[in-house]
Amino acid sequence: MVAENSTQPISVTLRVWRQAGPAAPGKFVDYPATNVSPHMSFLELLDVVNDGLTLKGEEPIAFAHDCREGICGTCSCTINGKPHGPGHGVATCQIYMRAFSDGDVIIVEPFRARAFPLVKDLVVDRSAFDQIIQAGGFISVRTGAAPDANSIPVPKGDADLAMDAAACIGCGACVAACKNASAMLFVAAKVSQLGLLPQGQPERDSRVLAMVGTMDALGFGNCTNQYECSAACPKAISHDFIARMNRDYLKASVRASFKPAASSATGGA
Amino acid sequence: MNLAGRIFGSSIGRKVIMAITGVILTGFVIGHLVGNLQIFAEPDHINGYGAFLHQLGPLLWVARIVLIASAVLHIWAATVLTMENHAARDVKYGVKHTLRATLSSRLMRVSGVVVLAFLIYHLAHFTLGFTQAATFKESLPLYTLGTDFKVAGFITVRAGTPTFDVYNMVVLGFQKPVVSLFYIIAVGLLSLHLLHGADSMFQTMGWRSEKWAGGLRKIVVLFCLVYFVGNLAIPGAVLLGKLQPHEPARAAATR
Repeated sequence: MVAENSTQPISVTLRVWRQAGPAAPGKFVDYPATNVSPHMSFLELLDVVNDGLTLKGEEPIAFAHDCREGICGTCSCTINGKPHGPGHGVATCQIYMRAFSDGDVIIVEPFRARAFPLVKDLVVDRSAFDQIIQAGGFISVRTGAAPDANSIPVPKGDADLAMDAAACIGCGACVAACKNASAMLFVAAKVSQLGLLPQGQPERDSRVLAMVGTMDALGFGNCTNQYECSAACPKAISHDFIARMNRDYLKASVRASFKPAASSATGGA
Repeated sequence: MNLAGRIFGSSIGRKVIMAITGVILTGFVIGHLVGNLQIFAEPDHINGYGAFLHQLGPLLWVARIVLIASAVLHIWAATVLTMENHAARDVKYGVKHTLRATLSSRLMRVSGVVVLAFLIYHLAHFTLGFTQAATFKESLPLYTLGTDFKVAGFITVRAGTPTFDVYNMVVLGFQKPVVSLFYIIAVGLLSLHLLHGADSMFQTMGWRSEKWAGGLRKIVVLFCLVYFVGNLAIPGAVLLGKLQPHEPARAAATR
Protein backbone atom coordinates (compact mmCIF):
# COMPACT_ATOMS: atom_id res chain seq x y z
CA MET A 1 0.00 0.00 0.00
CA VAL A 2 2.93 2.35 0.65
CA ALA A 3 4.18 3.34 -2.77
CA GLU A 4 7.55 4.89 -3.56
CA ASN A 5 6.01 8.30 -3.97
CA SER A 6 4.02 7.93 -0.77
CA THR A 7 5.26 11.29 0.49
CA GLN A 8 3.84 13.04 -2.57
CA PRO A 9 0.60 14.85 -1.79
CA ILE A 10 -2.46 13.46 -3.56
CA SER A 11 -5.79 14.89 -4.66
CA VAL A 12 -9.03 13.04 -4.05
CA THR A 13 -12.73 13.76 -4.27
CA LEU A 14 -14.85 12.93 -1.25
CA ARG A 15 -18.41 12.00 -2.21
CA VAL A 16 -20.15 12.31 1.14
CA TRP A 17 -23.71 11.50 2.18
CA ARG A 18 -25.26 14.72 3.51
CA GLN A 19 -28.53 14.65 5.41
CA ALA A 20 -29.53 17.44 7.78
CA GLY A 21 -31.63 15.24 10.04
CA PRO A 22 -33.51 11.93 10.35
CA ALA A 23 -36.52 13.18 8.38
CA ALA A 24 -34.65 15.41 5.92
CA PRO A 25 -33.87 14.17 2.41
CA GLY A 26 -30.27 13.07 1.91
CA LYS A 27 -27.90 13.18 -1.06
CA PHE A 28 -24.29 12.67 -2.04
CA VAL A 29 -22.21 15.86 -2.28
CA ASP A 30 -18.72 16.02 -3.83
CA TYR A 31 -15.90 17.74 -1.94
CA PRO A 32 -12.58 17.97 -3.81
CA ALA A 33 -9.54 17.78 -1.55
CA THR A 34 -6.17 18.82 -2.97
CA ASN A 35 -2.67 18.68 -1.56
CA VAL A 36 -3.59 15.82 0.78
CA SER A 37 -0.65 14.34 2.70
CA PRO A 38 -0.66 10.54 2.42
CA HIS A 39 0.31 10.40 6.09
CA MET A 40 -2.92 12.10 7.03
CA SER A 41 -5.59 9.88 8.55
CA PHE A 42 -8.95 9.68 6.87
CA LEU A 43 -10.64 11.45 9.78
CA GLU A 44 -8.01 14.21 9.64
CA LEU A 45 -8.94 14.71 6.00
CA LEU A 46 -12.58 15.10 7.07
CA ASP A 47 -11.36 17.67 9.64
CA VAL A 48 -9.53 19.59 6.93
CA VAL A 49 -12.52 19.49 4.59
CA ASN A 50 -14.73 20.66 7.46
CA ASP A 51 -12.37 23.56 8.19
CA GLY A 52 -12.78 24.66 4.59
CA LEU A 53 -16.56 24.32 4.80
CA THR A 54 -16.66 26.33 8.04
CA LEU A 55 -14.59 29.14 6.49
CA LYS A 56 -17.01 29.23 3.57
CA GLY A 57 -19.90 29.44 6.03
CA GLU A 58 -21.25 26.01 5.11
CA GLU A 59 -22.39 23.31 7.49
CA PRO A 60 -19.48 20.95 8.29
CA ILE A 61 -19.87 17.20 7.73
CA ALA A 62 -21.06 15.50 10.93
CA PHE A 63 -19.16 12.28 11.68
CA ALA A 64 -18.70 10.17 14.81
CA HIS A 65 -15.22 9.85 16.31
CA ASP A 66 -13.59 9.75 19.71
CA CYS A 67 -10.30 8.04 20.62
CA ARG A 68 -8.84 7.98 17.08
CA GLU A 69 -6.62 5.10 18.09
CA GLY A 70 -8.86 2.21 17.08
CA ILE A 71 -10.10 1.10 20.48
CA CYS A 72 -13.33 2.94 21.28
CA GLY A 73 -15.61 1.91 18.43
CA THR A 74 -17.09 5.38 17.97
CA CYS A 75 -15.96 6.10 14.42
CA SER A 76 -18.02 4.51 11.71
CA CYS A 77 -18.48 5.42 8.03
CA THR A 78 -18.86 3.06 5.12
CA ILE A 79 -16.03 3.97 2.75
CA ASN A 80 -16.35 2.74 -0.85
CA GLY A 81 -18.96 0.20 0.29
CA LYS A 82 -16.87 -1.29 3.13
CA PRO A 83 -17.51 -0.38 6.77
CA HIS A 84 -14.35 1.26 8.16
CA GLY A 85 -12.93 1.46 4.65
CA PRO A 86 -9.98 -0.37 3.08
CA GLY A 87 -7.66 -2.44 5.22
CA HIS A 88 -8.20 -5.42 7.47
CA GLY A 89 -8.72 -5.34 11.22
CA VAL A 90 -8.74 -1.56 11.60
CA ALA A 91 -11.37 1.06 12.32
CA THR A 92 -11.97 4.16 10.18
CA CYS A 93 -9.66 6.25 12.38
CA GLN A 94 -6.77 3.94 11.48
CA ILE A 95 -7.22 4.45 7.74
CA TYR A 96 -4.53 6.68 6.22
CA MET A 97 -4.73 8.52 2.94
CA ARG A 98 -1.87 6.38 1.55
CA ALA A 99 -4.52 3.68 1.21
CA PHE A 100 -5.95 5.73 -1.66
CA SER A 101 -4.53 6.82 -4.99
CA ASP A 102 -4.30 10.23 -6.58
CA GLY A 103 -7.55 11.11 -8.35
CA ASP A 104 -9.70 8.64 -6.40
CA VAL A 105 -13.35 9.36 -5.78
CA ILE A 106 -14.00 8.18 -2.21
CA ILE A 107 -17.63 7.45 -1.43
CA VAL A 108 -18.46 7.97 2.25
CA GLU A 109 -21.79 6.80 3.67
CA PRO A 110 -23.20 6.25 7.13
CA PHE A 111 -23.72 2.71 8.49
CA ARG A 112 -27.08 1.65 7.07
CA ALA A 113 -29.56 -0.29 9.22
CA ARG A 114 -33.10 0.29 10.36
CA ALA A 115 -31.95 -0.42 13.91
CA PHE A 116 -29.30 2.33 13.56
CA PRO A 117 -31.44 5.38 12.70
CA LEU A 118 -29.57 8.24 11.05
CA VAL A 119 -28.94 11.29 13.21
CA LYS A 120 -27.12 13.57 10.79
CA ASP A 121 -24.82 13.11 7.76
CA LEU A 122 -22.54 10.22 8.72
CA VAL A 123 -23.71 9.87 12.31
CA VAL A 124 -26.10 7.07 13.24
CA ASP A 125 -27.64 6.18 16.59
CA ARG A 126 -26.18 2.84 17.69
CA SER A 127 -27.88 2.77 21.09
CA ALA A 128 -29.68 -0.42 20.00
CA PHE A 129 -26.42 -2.15 20.97
CA ASP A 130 -26.72 -0.71 24.47
CA GLN A 131 -30.21 -2.16 24.77
CA ILE A 132 -28.89 -5.60 23.81
CA ILE A 133 -26.15 -5.31 26.46
CA GLN A 134 -28.70 -4.18 29.05
CA ALA A 135 -30.77 -7.29 28.28
CA GLY A 136 -28.03 -9.67 29.42
CA GLY A 137 -24.49 -8.62 28.67
CA PHE A 138 -23.40 -8.67 32.30
CA ILE A 139 -22.82 -10.98 35.26
CA SER A 140 -24.55 -10.51 38.59
CA VAL A 141 -21.95 -10.86 41.34
CA ARG A 142 -21.65 -9.46 44.81
CA THR A 143 -19.56 -6.33 44.69
CA GLY A 144 -17.02 -5.53 47.34
CA ALA A 145 -13.34 -6.20 47.74
CA ALA A 146 -11.62 -7.65 44.69
CA PRO A 147 -11.40 -11.46 44.93
CA ASP A 148 -8.02 -13.14 45.07
CA ALA A 149 -6.44 -13.48 41.68
CA ASN A 150 -6.66 -16.98 40.19
CA SER A 151 -9.05 -18.20 42.87
CA ILE A 152 -11.29 -19.47 40.08
CA PRO A 153 -9.35 -21.68 37.68
CA VAL A 154 -9.90 -20.79 34.01
CA PRO A 155 -8.35 -22.96 31.30
CA LYS A 156 -5.89 -20.90 29.25
CA GLY A 157 -7.62 -21.80 25.98
CA ASP A 158 -11.00 -20.62 27.29
CA ALA A 159 -9.51 -17.40 28.63
CA ASP A 160 -7.88 -16.67 25.26
CA LEU A 161 -11.04 -17.44 23.32
CA ALA A 162 -13.11 -15.27 25.69
CA MET A 163 -10.59 -12.47 25.15
CA ASP A 164 -10.94 -12.84 21.36
CA ALA A 165 -14.69 -12.28 21.77
CA ALA A 166 -14.16 -9.49 24.28
CA ALA A 167 -12.09 -7.58 21.72
CA CYS A 168 -15.41 -6.38 20.26
CA ILE A 169 -15.57 -2.58 20.49
CA GLY A 170 -19.28 -2.46 19.60
CA CYS A 171 -18.77 -0.22 16.57
CA GLY A 172 -21.55 -1.80 14.50
CA ALA A 173 -19.44 -2.58 11.41
CA CYS A 174 -20.84 -6.13 11.43
CA VAL A 175 -24.38 -4.75 11.09
CA ALA A 176 -23.25 -2.29 8.43
CA ALA A 177 -21.46 -4.97 6.39
CA CYS A 178 -24.22 -7.58 6.58
CA LYS A 179 -26.62 -7.49 3.64
CA ASN A 180 -29.38 -8.19 6.17
CA ALA A 181 -28.17 -5.66 8.76
CA SER A 182 -27.89 -8.53 11.23
CA ALA A 183 -26.26 -7.98 14.63
CA MET A 184 -25.37 -11.65 15.08
CA LEU A 185 -21.59 -11.12 15.27
CA PHE A 186 -21.89 -8.40 17.93
CA VAL A 187 -24.38 -10.38 20.04
CA ALA A 188 -22.38 -13.59 19.57
CA ALA A 189 -19.18 -11.88 20.77
CA LYS A 190 -20.92 -10.44 23.83
CA VAL A 191 -22.66 -13.73 24.65
CA SER A 192 -19.45 -15.73 24.20
CA GLN A 193 -17.06 -13.51 26.18
CA LEU A 194 -19.12 -14.27 29.30
CA GLY A 195 -20.35 -17.74 28.38
CA LEU A 196 -16.80 -19.03 28.00
CA LEU A 197 -15.80 -18.11 31.55
CA PRO A 198 -16.86 -19.71 34.87
CA GLN A 199 -18.17 -16.39 36.16
CA GLY A 200 -20.61 -16.25 33.27
CA GLN A 201 -22.16 -19.67 33.82
CA PRO A 202 -25.02 -18.86 36.27
CA GLU A 203 -26.74 -16.61 33.73
CA ARG A 204 -25.53 -18.34 30.59
CA ASP A 205 -28.97 -19.55 29.45
CA SER A 206 -30.99 -16.49 30.42
CA ARG A 207 -28.33 -14.25 28.87
CA VAL A 208 -28.40 -15.77 25.41
CA LEU A 209 -32.20 -15.96 25.36
CA ALA A 210 -32.61 -12.34 26.49
CA MET A 211 -29.92 -10.89 24.21
CA VAL A 212 -31.14 -12.73 21.09
CA GLY A 213 -34.75 -11.82 21.94
CA THR A 214 -33.81 -8.14 22.26
CA MET A 215 -31.77 -8.27 19.06
CA ASP A 216 -34.79 -9.66 17.17
CA ALA A 217 -37.18 -7.11 18.71
CA LEU A 218 -34.96 -4.18 17.71
CA GLY A 219 -35.37 -4.97 14.01
CA PHE A 220 -31.94 -6.32 13.10
CA GLY A 221 -31.96 -8.81 10.23
CA ASN A 222 -31.11 -12.52 10.26
CA CYS A 223 -27.82 -14.25 9.58
CA THR A 224 -27.37 -15.84 6.14
CA ASN A 225 -23.89 -17.21 6.94
CA GLN A 226 -22.04 -15.12 4.36
CA TYR A 227 -19.48 -13.95 6.93
CA GLU A 228 -19.27 -10.40 5.62
CA CYS A 229 -19.45 -9.29 9.28
CA SER A 230 -16.21 -10.91 10.38
CA ALA A 231 -14.47 -9.70 7.20
CA ALA A 232 -15.42 -6.10 8.03
CA CYS A 233 -14.84 -6.35 11.79
CA PRO A 234 -12.05 -3.97 12.90
CA LYS A 235 -11.17 -6.49 15.62
CA ALA A 236 -11.36 -9.48 13.21
CA ILE A 237 -13.79 -11.31 15.50
CA SER A 238 -14.52 -14.76 14.12
CA HIS A 239 -17.95 -15.87 12.95
CA ASP A 240 -17.21 -19.06 14.91
CA PHE A 241 -18.77 -17.18 17.81
CA ILE A 242 -22.04 -17.04 15.84
CA ALA A 243 -22.04 -20.85 15.57
CA ARG A 244 -21.30 -20.97 19.29
CA MET A 245 -24.22 -18.66 20.07
CA ASN A 246 -26.59 -20.66 17.84
CA ARG A 247 -25.68 -23.78 19.82
CA ASP A 248 -26.02 -21.95 23.13
CA TYR A 249 -29.40 -20.54 22.11
CA LEU A 250 -30.74 -23.95 21.09
CA LYS A 251 -29.55 -25.62 24.30
CA ALA A 252 -30.91 -22.77 26.42
CA SER A 253 -34.30 -22.92 24.63
CA VAL A 254 -34.60 -26.64 25.34
CA ARG A 255 -33.52 -26.27 28.97
CA ALA A 256 -35.81 -23.29 29.57
CA SER A 257 -38.76 -25.37 28.34
CA PHE A 258 -38.12 -28.49 30.41
CA LYS A 259 -36.06 -27.52 33.45
CA PRO A 260 -38.29 -27.28 36.56
CA ALA A 261 -38.45 -23.90 38.26
CA ALA A 262 -38.59 -23.43 42.02
CA SER A 263 -42.17 -23.03 43.20
CA SER A 264 -41.62 -21.93 46.78
CA ALA A 265 -43.01 -18.48 47.51
CA THR A 266 -42.20 -18.50 51.23
CA GLY A 267 -38.55 -17.52 51.16
CA GLY A 268 -35.61 -19.33 52.62
CA ALA A 269 -33.23 -19.26 55.53
CA MET B 1 -41.93 -18.35 25.77
CA ASN B 2 -41.94 -22.13 25.20
CA LEU B 3 -39.73 -24.15 22.90
CA ALA B 4 -42.10 -24.02 19.93
CA GLY B 5 -42.43 -20.27 20.35
CA ARG B 6 -38.65 -19.85 20.35
CA ILE B 7 -38.17 -22.13 17.34
CA PHE B 8 -40.89 -20.52 15.22
CA GLY B 9 -40.63 -16.98 16.56
CA SER B 10 -36.93 -16.16 16.87
CA SER B 11 -34.34 -15.47 14.20
CA ILE B 12 -32.11 -18.36 15.27
CA GLY B 13 -35.10 -20.70 15.68
CA ARG B 14 -36.32 -20.04 12.15
CA LYS B 15 -32.85 -20.66 10.83
CA VAL B 16 -32.83 -23.98 12.67
CA ILE B 17 -36.09 -24.78 10.84
CA MET B 18 -34.31 -23.94 7.56
CA ALA B 19 -31.41 -26.20 8.55
CA ILE B 20 -33.43 -29.23 9.68
CA THR B 21 -35.90 -29.13 6.78
CA GLY B 22 -32.90 -28.59 4.50
CA VAL B 23 -31.28 -31.75 5.83
CA ILE B 24 -34.49 -33.75 5.25
CA LEU B 25 -34.83 -32.43 1.70
CA THR B 26 -31.12 -33.00 0.99
CA GLY B 27 -31.48 -36.56 2.26
CA PHE B 28 -34.38 -37.02 -0.10
CA VAL B 29 -32.59 -35.70 -3.18
CA ILE B 30 -29.62 -37.97 -2.46
CA GLY B 31 -31.89 -41.03 -2.14
CA HIS B 32 -33.86 -39.95 -5.19
CA LEU B 33 -30.68 -39.68 -7.28
CA VAL B 34 -29.28 -43.02 -6.09
CA GLY B 35 -32.62 -44.71 -6.87
CA ASN B 36 -32.81 -43.13 -10.30
CA LEU B 37 -29.27 -44.07 -11.27
CA GLN B 38 -30.64 -47.61 -11.58
CA ILE B 39 -31.71 -46.48 -15.05
CA PHE B 40 -28.16 -47.32 -16.14
CA ALA B 41 -28.86 -50.96 -15.28
CA GLU B 42 -31.45 -53.07 -17.12
CA PRO B 43 -35.05 -51.73 -17.28
CA ASP B 44 -35.94 -54.43 -14.69
CA HIS B 45 -34.16 -52.39 -12.02
CA ILE B 46 -35.83 -49.00 -12.28
CA ASN B 47 -39.23 -50.48 -13.13
CA GLY B 48 -39.00 -52.89 -10.20
CA TYR B 49 -37.88 -50.01 -8.00
CA GLY B 50 -40.93 -47.95 -9.09
CA ALA B 51 -43.25 -50.84 -8.34
CA PHE B 52 -41.56 -51.36 -4.97
CA LEU B 53 -42.12 -47.70 -3.99
CA HIS B 54 -45.80 -47.88 -4.96
CA GLN B 55 -46.17 -51.10 -2.95
CA LEU B 56 -45.20 -49.20 0.18
CA GLY B 57 -48.72 -47.76 0.27
CA PRO B 58 -49.28 -45.80 3.50
CA LEU B 59 -45.49 -45.64 4.13
CA LEU B 60 -45.07 -43.84 0.82
CA TRP B 61 -47.62 -41.29 1.98
CA VAL B 62 -45.84 -40.84 5.30
CA ALA B 63 -42.66 -40.04 3.37
CA ARG B 64 -44.54 -37.73 1.02
CA ILE B 65 -46.18 -35.83 3.89
CA VAL B 66 -42.85 -35.40 5.68
CA LEU B 67 -41.30 -34.09 2.45
CA ILE B 68 -44.18 -31.74 1.67
CA ALA B 69 -44.16 -30.41 5.25
CA SER B 70 -40.38 -29.91 5.05
CA ALA B 71 -40.65 -28.06 1.76
CA VAL B 72 -43.48 -25.86 3.07
CA LEU B 73 -41.60 -25.03 6.29
CA HIS B 74 -38.36 -24.41 4.38
CA ILE B 75 -40.11 -21.96 2.04
CA TRP B 76 -42.07 -20.35 4.90
CA ALA B 77 -38.93 -19.75 6.96
CA ALA B 78 -37.02 -18.44 3.92
CA THR B 79 -39.84 -16.03 3.07
CA VAL B 80 -40.26 -14.69 6.61
CA LEU B 81 -36.51 -14.33 7.17
CA THR B 82 -35.99 -12.63 3.81
CA MET B 83 -38.81 -10.16 4.42
CA GLU B 84 -37.29 -9.28 7.80
CA ASN B 85 -33.88 -8.94 6.18
CA HIS B 86 -35.18 -6.50 3.60
CA ALA B 87 -36.94 -4.48 6.29
CA ALA B 88 -33.76 -4.38 8.40
CA ARG B 89 -31.87 -2.48 5.66
CA ASP B 90 -34.55 0.07 4.81
CA VAL B 91 -32.13 2.56 3.20
CA LYS B 92 -29.76 0.98 0.69
CA TYR B 93 -26.09 1.86 0.23
CA GLY B 94 -25.01 3.97 -2.72
CA VAL B 95 -22.20 1.48 -3.38
CA LYS B 96 -22.06 -2.08 -2.16
CA HIS B 97 -18.77 -3.88 -2.02
CA THR B 98 -18.93 -7.63 -1.37
CA LEU B 99 -16.12 -8.71 0.91
CA ARG B 100 -16.27 -12.50 0.81
CA ALA B 101 -19.83 -13.73 0.32
CA THR B 102 -19.69 -16.66 -2.10
CA LEU B 103 -21.58 -16.68 -5.39
CA SER B 104 -23.74 -19.59 -4.23
CA SER B 105 -24.70 -17.73 -1.04
CA ARG B 106 -25.72 -14.66 -3.04
CA LEU B 107 -27.81 -16.73 -5.44
CA MET B 108 -29.76 -18.64 -2.76
CA ARG B 109 -33.04 -16.88 -3.45
CA VAL B 110 -32.78 -17.20 -7.25
CA SER B 111 -31.67 -20.85 -7.08
CA GLY B 112 -34.37 -21.65 -4.52
CA VAL B 113 -37.16 -20.16 -6.64
CA VAL B 114 -35.96 -21.92 -9.82
CA VAL B 115 -35.69 -25.23 -7.94
CA LEU B 116 -39.28 -24.76 -6.67
CA ALA B 117 -40.52 -24.07 -10.20
CA PHE B 118 -38.59 -27.12 -11.39
CA LEU B 119 -40.06 -29.25 -8.60
CA ILE B 120 -43.60 -28.37 -9.70
CA TYR B 121 -42.72 -29.14 -13.33
CA HIS B 122 -40.97 -32.37 -12.34
CA LEU B 123 -44.04 -33.62 -10.44
CA ALA B 124 -46.29 -32.63 -13.35
CA HIS B 125 -43.94 -34.46 -15.68
CA PHE B 126 -43.12 -37.83 -14.07
CA THR B 127 -45.61 -38.16 -11.17
CA LEU B 128 -48.86 -36.67 -12.47
CA GLY B 129 -48.34 -36.81 -16.25
CA PHE B 130 -49.66 -33.32 -17.00
CA THR B 131 -46.88 -32.67 -19.52
CA GLN B 132 -45.68 -35.11 -22.19
CA ALA B 133 -48.83 -37.16 -21.50
CA ALA B 134 -48.18 -39.39 -24.52
CA THR B 135 -45.03 -40.86 -22.95
CA PHE B 136 -46.33 -40.83 -19.35
CA LYS B 137 -46.02 -44.20 -17.61
CA GLU B 138 -49.80 -44.69 -17.57
CA SER B 139 -49.98 -44.20 -21.35
CA LEU B 140 -47.17 -46.64 -22.13
CA PRO B 141 -47.73 -50.40 -22.35
CA LEU B 142 -47.14 -52.20 -19.02
CA TYR B 143 -43.75 -53.77 -18.51
CA THR B 144 -43.42 -57.36 -17.32
CA LEU B 145 -40.63 -57.66 -14.79
CA GLY B 146 -38.02 -60.17 -16.03
CA THR B 147 -36.19 -60.70 -12.74
CA ASP B 148 -37.10 -60.37 -9.05
CA PHE B 149 -36.53 -56.86 -7.61
CA LYS B 150 -34.66 -57.18 -4.33
CA VAL B 151 -34.13 -54.66 -1.54
CA ALA B 152 -31.34 -55.60 0.88
CA GLY B 153 -31.51 -59.19 -0.36
CA PHE B 154 -35.24 -59.58 0.14
CA ILE B 155 -37.48 -60.06 -2.87
CA THR B 156 -39.97 -57.18 -2.88
CA VAL B 157 -41.36 -57.41 -6.42
CA ARG B 158 -41.49 -60.84 -8.07
CA ALA B 159 -40.52 -61.55 -11.69
CA GLY B 160 -43.51 -61.57 -13.99
CA THR B 161 -45.26 -58.70 -12.17
CA PRO B 162 -46.65 -56.14 -14.63
CA THR B 163 -45.23 -52.71 -13.75
CA PHE B 164 -45.32 -49.21 -15.15
CA ASP B 165 -42.61 -48.65 -17.74
CA VAL B 166 -40.68 -45.94 -15.87
CA TYR B 167 -37.58 -46.68 -17.95
CA ASN B 168 -39.18 -45.80 -21.27
CA MET B 169 -41.02 -42.81 -19.78
CA VAL B 170 -37.74 -41.27 -18.59
CA VAL B 171 -35.79 -42.03 -21.75
CA LEU B 172 -38.55 -40.83 -24.11
CA GLY B 173 -39.14 -37.75 -21.94
CA PHE B 174 -35.47 -36.74 -21.95
CA GLN B 175 -35.14 -37.21 -25.71
CA LYS B 176 -36.62 -33.71 -26.00
CA PRO B 177 -33.58 -31.37 -25.67
CA VAL B 178 -35.64 -28.51 -24.16
CA VAL B 179 -36.85 -30.78 -21.35
CA SER B 180 -33.37 -32.16 -20.68
CA LEU B 181 -31.83 -28.71 -20.75
CA PHE B 182 -34.29 -27.42 -18.14
CA TYR B 183 -33.50 -30.44 -15.96
CA ILE B 184 -29.77 -29.84 -16.27
CA ILE B 185 -30.07 -26.12 -15.46
CA ALA B 186 -32.36 -26.82 -12.51
CA VAL B 187 -30.15 -29.51 -10.96
CA GLY B 188 -27.17 -27.23 -11.55
CA LEU B 189 -28.88 -24.50 -9.53
CA LEU B 190 -29.94 -27.06 -6.91
CA SER B 191 -26.30 -28.14 -6.57
CA LEU B 192 -25.32 -24.48 -6.17
CA HIS B 193 -28.09 -24.09 -3.56
CA LEU B 194 -26.73 -27.09 -1.66
CA LEU B 195 -23.20 -25.67 -1.83
CA HIS B 196 -24.20 -22.84 0.52
CA GLY B 197 -27.01 -24.72 2.23
CA ALA B 198 -25.05 -27.77 3.36
CA ASP B 199 -22.21 -25.61 4.70
CA SER B 200 -24.68 -23.25 6.36
CA MET B 201 -26.50 -26.05 8.13
CA PHE B 202 -23.40 -26.80 10.21
CA GLN B 203 -23.02 -23.11 11.12
CA THR B 204 -26.68 -22.70 12.08
CA MET B 205 -26.66 -25.81 14.25
CA GLY B 206 -23.44 -24.57 15.84
CA TRP B 207 -21.26 -27.42 14.65
CA ARG B 208 -18.92 -25.48 12.36
CA SER B 209 -15.68 -23.97 13.58
CA GLU B 210 -12.46 -22.71 12.02
CA LYS B 211 -10.72 -25.90 13.12
CA TRP B 212 -12.48 -27.95 10.47
CA ALA B 213 -14.30 -25.37 8.33
CA GLY B 214 -11.78 -25.90 5.51
CA GLY B 215 -12.31 -29.67 5.53
CA LEU B 216 -16.08 -29.22 5.74
CA ARG B 217 -15.99 -26.91 2.72
CA LYS B 218 -14.04 -29.48 0.69
CA ILE B 219 -16.53 -32.22 1.61
CA VAL B 220 -19.47 -29.97 0.68
CA VAL B 221 -17.91 -28.96 -2.66
CA LEU B 222 -17.18 -32.61 -3.48
CA PHE B 223 -20.71 -33.65 -2.49
CA CYS B 224 -22.28 -30.94 -4.69
CA LEU B 225 -20.05 -31.87 -7.65
CA VAL B 226 -20.87 -35.58 -7.34
CA TYR B 227 -24.56 -34.73 -6.95
CA PHE B 228 -24.50 -32.54 -10.06
CA VAL B 229 -22.61 -35.06 -12.19
CA GLY B 230 -24.96 -37.84 -11.06
CA ASN B 231 -27.97 -35.78 -12.07
CA LEU B 232 -26.36 -34.63 -15.30
CA ALA B 233 -25.71 -38.26 -16.26
CA ILE B 234 -29.33 -39.27 -16.84
CA PRO B 235 -30.54 -36.58 -19.30
CA GLY B 236 -26.97 -36.36 -20.64
CA ALA B 237 -26.86 -40.06 -21.50
CA VAL B 238 -30.27 -39.86 -23.19
CA LEU B 239 -29.27 -36.79 -25.23
CA LEU B 240 -26.03 -38.49 -26.32
CA GLY B 241 -27.98 -41.57 -27.33
CA LYS B 242 -26.33 -43.82 -24.75
CA LEU B 243 -29.70 -44.66 -23.25
CA GLN B 244 -32.28 -45.85 -25.77
CA PRO B 245 -35.90 -46.88 -25.15
CA HIS B 246 -36.08 -50.64 -24.76
CA GLU B 247 -38.36 -52.82 -26.90
CA PRO B 248 -40.60 -54.54 -24.36
CA ALA B 249 -41.12 -57.54 -26.66
CA ARG B 250 -37.44 -57.95 -27.47
CA ALA B 251 -36.43 -57.59 -23.82
CA ALA B 252 -38.88 -60.31 -22.83
CA ALA B 253 -37.72 -62.66 -25.63
CA THR B 254 -34.02 -62.51 -24.73
CA ARG B 255 -34.67 -63.70 -21.21
